[in-house]
Amino acid sequence: MTDLAWILISAMVVNNFTLALFLGLCPFMGVSARVATALRMGAANMFVLVITSVSAWFLNTFILEHAPYLRLIAFIVVIASLVQVVEMAIKKLSPALFRDLGIFLPLITTNCAILGLAIFQTNRGYGLLEGLFFAVGAGLGLALALVLMASIRQRMELSDVPSLARGMGLVLIIAGGLSLAFMGFAGLLSA
Amino acid sequence: MNAGADAAREVPSWRLLATLGVAGAAAGLLVVLVQGWAEPRIEAHRTAVLEGAIRNVLGEPARYDTLYVTDAGLVRETSGGIDASTTDRVYLGYDAAGQPVGFAITAAEPGFQDLIRLIFGYEAASGEVLGMEVLENKETPGLGDKIVKDASFVAEFEGARAPLLGVKPGAGEGDPGEVDMITGATISSRAVISIINHRLERLDPLLRSYVAAEHP
Amino acid sequence: MSAPSSRGDDLLRGIWRENPVLVQLLGLCPMLAVTNTVANSLAMGLATFFVLLGSSVLVSTLKSVIPHEVRISAYILIIATFVTMADLVLAAVVPEIHRALGAFIALIVVNCIILGRQEAFASKRPVGRSALDAIGTGAGFMLALLLMGAFREILGSGSLLGVSLFGPGYEPWVVMILPPGGFLTLGAILLLLGWSRQRRAPQPRVRRWPHGVATGRAG
Repeated sequence: MTDLAWILISAMVVNNFTLALFLGLCPFMGVSARVATALRMGAANMFVLVITSVSAWFLNTFILEHAPYLRLIAFIVVIASLVQVVEMAIKKLSPALFRDLGIFLPLITTNCAILGLAIFQTNRGYGLLEGLFFAVGAGLGLALALVLMASIRQRMELSDVPSLARGMGLVLIIAGGLSLAFMGFAGLLSA
Repeated sequence: MNAGADAAREVPSWRLLATLGVAGAAAGLLVVLVQGWAEPRIEAHRTAVLEGAIRNVLGEPARYDTLYVTDAGLVRETSGGIDASTTDRVYLGYDAAGQPVGFAITAAEPGFQDLIRLIFGYEAASGEVLGMEVLENKETPGLGDKIVKDASFVAEFEGARAPLLGVKPGAGEGDPGEVDMITGATISSRAVISIINHRLERLDPLLRSYVAAEHP
Repeated sequence: MSAPSSRGDDLLRGIWRENPVLVQLLGLCPMLAVTNTVANSLAMGLATFFVLLGSSVLVSTLKSVIPHEVRISAYILIIATFVTMADLVLAAVVPEIHRALGAFIALIVVNCIILGRQEAFASKRPVGRSALDAIGTGAGFMLALLLMGAFREILGSGSLLGVSLFGPGYEPWVVMILPPGGFLTLGAILLLLGWSRQRRAPQPRVRRWPHGVATGRAG
């Protein structure tokens, strides 16, 4: 089985979920205007990712052995319920955080990164520990991309950007630049 | 969400669960039907791809056997205790006369960008690699993916003696284990070479003892 | 949309005016991930089209039966079923393309376009109009996919649908088929659309601070 360090580093920077695998783009485009929000979103994502990884491993090992074609339905149902439970828990434990995150929490359900993690983990046949390292690496990578984008956008608010470019066009070009930069991580910890 | 209007037609919980239950059952049934149609075709394709790869790296054997790798050695059948779907395996090819041609072995390890999955042919008695084919890779198009597209690189593996040694083209000393790496794709070519070496580190003793026992 | 729209409008608005990707900016994940060749874009477009049409029709048919409280879960269940079917069919019929698309076929389930159409339209309108809306939206998504796919494949591989356009002497612009190329291409397309929109609309006056720096808001 592949080295745990490689799994973590690969998920975090070499094959960053957002900048190389194109997962988690909705929050990346929508939430990344403020560093503080980006950090919170990153943390929420990381939490859901880790729980999803464990749940996916559990489902794959004990239940889906008998019905592999029901995998997708099972995953999405579990993820939707998980996010619902997390939302209720945060609401009860920390109403301030709940208010801060607002609409972003239910949006985590349709965040392709969560389902994507479950599917990749299944396809690569990761065990429990490997899945956890994968989820942590992915969460760190997502948070990293979000925070980088947010800090760049915060800086650019004070710049004289032509009205034409303001909005998603510019965000995508910045993302292209970040993605290009992250290509430099290729070859890290390779065989 | 107008809670006022909804409260007027309060839906009992059993009805909610029943609806979802029925929907779930119908969904499952539909998927099972399509699965029944699709599964044989998917399986046939998977087998065809594997057979094509085995034929390629072993030079068209007449037939091949699947051998499962256990700590005790290679076993032919999955007798009690071995889970066929998850156990590591190798394939032993035979020629028309029934003589073993060589083993076809799959391996996967991180390359430059992501995992590289390959299959290679190996003759245990002489320690010679018979051929190599990259099955899956995400290397950089135009550079790293030359490990697939560069025919002369792939040909380097035919007849190379394990353990393989990667050398820059032209810098070799004629050692039978030398393989010329691809200029501009050093890391990807080195990955392919070390994938084969790592795999053989563990498997070679098992392969040799199997061949010695079966065909003395 | 307060004014009742005609059936023709149901069909056509999803294609350009309210294009799900280029105007509403939904479904970006598959848009960037599978558009490195036109063949992949086509397959993804067809799969999404099938899922969108099937689930819209089913949701519209069952809208009176699905209780309001669990509607999102029901929609997701319906969508997931269609996606599983599409995944199996693609794997059986075009296994190479299925492998190239990888996890993104399964990820159609969380494509906000589909859930969005069910919630906004199919759950409130009769079957016929829901079908037209789905067809229009699916066609719009396909259009955007093919546009990106053609651009990236021609520049990044020098081919279209696998057929080499410029001959072996062409030095491909490899970054176009890599992730950065996806971001940059979509960004360029959106900038182009924004520019053409701005040319047609009356120019807003840019407010400036007294010392000449733009405030960052137009008009």
